[in-house]
Amino acid sequence: MTKNAWQDDRGNKDRSITNPKPPSDAEPVRKGGKAVKAEGDSPFLIGDRMTGGYGTGANILNDCTVAVEKGEIAVIVGPNGAGKSTAMKAVFGMLNLKSGSVRLDGEDITALTPQDRVAKGMAFVPQTSNVFVSLTVEENLEMGAFLRKDDIRPTIAQVYELFPILKDKRRQAAGELSGGQRQQVAVGRALMTQPKVLMLDEPTAGVSPIVMDELFDRIIEVARAGITILMVEQNARQALEIADKGYVLVQGANAYTDTGKALLADPEVRRTFLGG
Amino acid sequence: MDPINAIVALLNFVVIPATAYGAQLAIGALGVTMIYGILRFSNFAHGDTMAFGAMCTILVTWLFQSWGLHLWVLPTALLALPFGIAATAALLIFTDRAVYRFYRRQKAAPVILVIVSMGVMFVMNGLVRFIIGVEDQNFLDGERFIISARTFKEMTGLDEGLAFKTSQGLTIVTAVVVVAALFWFLNRTRTGKSMRAFSDNEDLALLSGINPEKVVTYTWIIVAGLATIAGVLYGLDKSFKPFTYFQLLLPIFAAAIVGGLGSPIGAIAGGFVIAFSEITVTYAFKKVLGYFAPGGWEPDSLMQLLSTDYKFAVSFAILIIVLLFKPTGLFKGKSV
Repeated sequence: MTKNAWQDDRGNKDRSITNPKPPSDAEPVRKGGKAVKAEGDSPFLIGDRMTGGYGTGANILNDCTVAVEKGEIAVIVGPNGAGKSTAMKAVFGMLNLKSGSVRLDGEDITALTPQDRVAKGMAFVPQTSNVFVSLTVEENLEMGAFLRKDDIRPTIAQVYELFPILKDKRRQAAGELSGGQRQQVAVGRALMTQPKVLMLDEPTAGVSPIVMDELFDRIIEVARAGITILMVEQNARQALEIADKGYVLVQGANAYTDTGKALLADPEVRRTFLGG
Repeated sequence: MDPINAIVALLNFVVIPATAYGAQLAIGALGVTMIYGILRFSNFAHGDTMAFGAMCTILVTWLFQSWGLHLWVLPTALLALPFGIAATAALLIFTDRAVYRFYRRQKAAPVILVIVSMGVMFVMNGLVRFIIGVEDQNFLDGERFIISARTFKEMTGLDEGLAFKTSQGLTIVTAVVVVAALFWFLNRTRTGKSMRAFSDNEDLALLSGINPEKVVTYTWIIVAGLATIAGVLYGLDKSFKPFTYFQLLLPIFAAAIVGGLGSPIGAIAGGFVIAFSEITVTYAFKKVLGYFAPGGWEPDSLMQLLSTDYKFAVSFAILIIVLLFKPTGLFKGKSV
């Protein structure tokens, strides 16, 4: 099944010799290159004409471009398997690109490892397993600020202000929280670096409608604080309503790109992706 | 009826040796459980890592002894321990860079790493036997007993003696210190928390800016420390023989699995469960029962459930029983 013989476990299910924790599918940029000054004028954050996939497999992204201007909200929507999450991972350096580049604030950061991108002010909230379940809420937040050497207490206080419920649960393991609370921990963890860009992969997946509205409100609040937001959202209509810029991806390529309002108004987009 | 002598005999032959042995197993199992939690495989080379660490410590001890360097009543090996740990850490990091890293980059299935660690085990085993030989090595010096059997008898006037060896006392004290330090490190320090975070969720650790290679390096260093300490304590308590360390792998794994792989508390509990059962099941209870029985009713047989040759069978049996009824171990480990 897998092409890589190393990854074949020969049917081993023995948990007393191997840890059943699912393997990481990320192929992070390892080289640890330097950020170089980018030529010309480009948006605040742009994944420009990205092409690539996992391992030696087929390309998932084909010449895909996503960009967001400073302080704005950009939303990526599209059908299942369109490569939305992969595009986010590529922008964050969790995927080795075959071609294309990623630029942030006038610098080409394509060769940076994910850790270095965190240091540059990017933060990413993955769709699933986005909290450390065995760590307490407060430890989760501390881990978010792993790269910071300064006093992180004020930032923790800010996160508790944004998500008051987390303050009551700060000594509790994140794995014991409800879905919505976990999402709050996940966003809080990402905010701990005091990022310039916050990337969210389907933040409202699997939470109830009430919690979803609440989360959207919080995200808008975060954006108003001047943090640029790039977000993948299953809930296309609601997301495009708050988006400054919208991207519709199909099979790893850009299908439609416009402002959120214009995409919502586009009859073609409505018919194919928004269900009329 | 002579319960006091019975209790003293039991303490002398079961409780004290089992506590010391349990502490040694616990420190060994902590190393295994950390590799399992962070690198996701069972490290079969752990027994031989212990042998390597103990060997390095012994060589430095001999050097110190030849210089006339002594540590008062304590074994000189304690002075040599930091050097043994450093040498073992260097070997483990070298092994990781030369061998394991390649498989990590290939995203190899953990079972492949298990087999790789078996290869590493044979190499380390050969290395140790090549350098120090296969014979028994004695490197214990200083005061042999905290309380010797004779002093105890004279002190209390009892028939039964109670011996408490320096190495046993040292093992118990060291184990408490090591475990406390390890828990403090894992729960209170930034690096320790990042290791727990990495063990919990690799991808998210990466997203938080935690460098996986650094976590792996720290893990090997800590494992080198744990393995060397366990190896030296075992060597001081019994004797150092490379092949014994290879065999220690079984009770250590049994301890880690019984406690719940990936759980440090489990590793400690597992170590004591295995040690106490091994020693209790293979101990001849004739004497203890003799003190309890009314005059002339002493049992004729040794009252020994299994001969000591079968002590590994005890670890195996407990391992199987636990896996049958509580596959995740006593303290819920990673296998949920």
